[in-house]
Amino acid sequence: MGVTTGELIRKVQPVKRPRRKMQNKYKLFFMALPFLIVTFIFYYLPISGWIYAFYDFIPGIPLSDTPYVGLKWFRTMVSNPTQTAEVMRVLKNTLAMSSLGLITSVFPVIFAILLSEVKAGWYRKLVQTLTTIPNFISWILVYALAFSLFSVDNGVISHILVQFGLVGEDFNFLASNSNIWVTMIAWYWWKSLGWGAILYLAAIAGIDQELYEAAEVDGASRFRKIWHITVPGIIPTFFVLLLLSIGNLVNNGMEQYFAFQNAMNKDSIEVLDLYVYNIAFANNFPFATAVSMLKSVVSVVLLFAANTLSKVVRDESII
Amino acid sequence: MKNKKMKPGEVFFQSLNYLLFGLFTLSCIYPFYYLFINTISSNDLSAAGYIKFYPRDIHFDNYFKVLSISGLSHAALVSVYRTVVGTLLTVGASAFLGYLFTKKEMWGRQVWYRSVVVTMYFSAGLIPWYITMNNLHLTNNYLAYILPSIITPFNIILVKTFVEAIPPSLEESASMDGAGYMRVFWSIIIPLTTPILATITIFSAVNQWNSFIDTAFLMTDTKYFTLQFLLWRYLNESSSLAALIRNSPDMAASIQNMQTPTSVRMTVTMIVVLPILIVYPFFQRFFVKGIMIGAVKG
Repeated sequence: MGVTTGELIRKVQPVKRPRRKMQNKYKLFFMALPFLIVTFIFYYLPISGWIYAFYDFIPGIPLSDTPYVGLKWFRTMVSNPTQTAEVMRVLKNTLAMSSLGLITSVFPVIFAILLSEVKAGWYRKLVQTLTTIPNFISWILVYALAFSLFSVDNGVISHILVQFGLVGEDFNFLASNSNIWVTMIAWYWWKSLGWGAILYLAAIAGIDQELYEAAEVDGASRFRKIWHITVPGIIPTFFVLLLLSIGNLVNNGMEQYFAFQNAMNKDSIEVLDLYVYNIAFANNFPFATAVSMLKSVVSVVLLFAANTLSKVVRDESII
Repeated sequence: MKNKKMKPGEVFFQSLNYLLFGLFTLSCIYPFYYLFINTISSNDLSAAGYIKFYPRDIHFDNYFKVLSISGLSHAALVSVYRTVVGTLLTVGASAFLGYLFTKKEMWGRQVWYRSVVVTMYFSAGLIPWYITMNNLHLTNNYLAYILPSIITPFNIILVKTFVEAIPPSLEESASMDGAGYMRVFWSIIIPLTTPILATITIFSAVNQWNSFIDTAFLMTDTKYFTLQFLLWRYLNESSSLAALIRNSPDMAASIQNMQTPTSVRMTVTMIVVLPILIVYPFFQRFFVKGIMIGAVKG
């Protein structure tokens, strides 16, 4: 076989200016080094803190003065009935809300498909612009809005619902334990639906228009066009995002639940991340560390599972 | 399409579609509007629940009063400070590191790049993070607001993807003329990546402005409190809010404009949300474009 141009260039180049190449190799590395150190300090160094899960650590007392207890904190999770019940409750909440999130992850797809069917361009733009606003406010602010709309004494919506007799006088949206999973998902989609649809709208915009024209000639109905052209066009995007969210099954984050938690709904709203926060604030550092350590391990395993799945199904890896 | 007569089913579908989007859009903006008209209306009418669709007895007393509370204006300064400084550093670092990672000749590039990206998927957890921050003396320290966010893997991926799409001949011709990496970065990469840098700017500014957990965890001194943190406290602790109303200078307030816990809460919420609502329209076209560029590569 002859030598292709590419190979030729690759063969020739190192000989041309080896010294300068060598210098650049390390020069570039040293330019990046400060940032790599920052990455190490804030992302990798904290992992060393996992060691606290193996000690009877009390904040304020140095680690060297605290007794090593081995797997004690991990064992309490399975051997102490009250502790086990607690962990199971939190796990149930976590998985319930994550699976609700997974099931409803078709919402932005539906949103994008329906919005792309809207003919008036100005209306499409207006909807897209205004529905992405909530994505940019914090959960604390969402809660503040919810508070002013739904609180018992001042909330305008609570007032209206009571006036029309749809709910009882004493009904409290924000402090109710029932339906909290559904309420949380509803707030989640209120905040992120418009934003989540942007990716799919981009994918739809990228579909070849000729396909639609051809289908039209063949007499395809609107539904058929959506089903046979639009849906296949955005399925890959949907799949990538779905796989990514599998990796995050146990990470719901905590800001949303933190903002909305109160004494009344705590039982059903406490997800793993929030639970860790709450027990940490009760000063049980080692147990909190043990729980978050297991959580990280589980999510890494899930991520690799999702990655393998992606390789098998789509022949493409996500990491 | 225009001249064709629409079938009844088509008409029904279209109107339903328009209606649904109208309702959802309304639900997305009404809360902000509701809050706004209540903060500028007479506090009396507002407390009685009369302010639903339009403001009445307009006044801006609430804003002057709330902003004159000393802790609050200081918190606003802290929020602005961390947003401006934090964003500048994050954007600078993302741009520079993203650019460096496109250089195939860098020693160990793949390893470094992966080790940065992987941090998107795992974290050590809250307590180890807190203990580390504590050991680094970043509690009650402004640096805690700024340093950790410098490296945001998602931003770095966005920049790297964008720079890779720039024709390499531009850079080559510059380095042929003797420009070093820094020179190329300043004179070629920065000007060409403005759209993506604008996207990152808005993302990171919003993040900084909205950040809450770090204050809750790391700061005990009131002088480091941010607006978000105070808002959260006002929402939950009625005592701190009552104290604040009692202490506010109550000079010439007419009875109907007396501040109530609700009016203070609403006004603080509005003060926190306004900067986002004001900046949003200017950056919207950038970040829609930016996120789509990111989406193409996945």
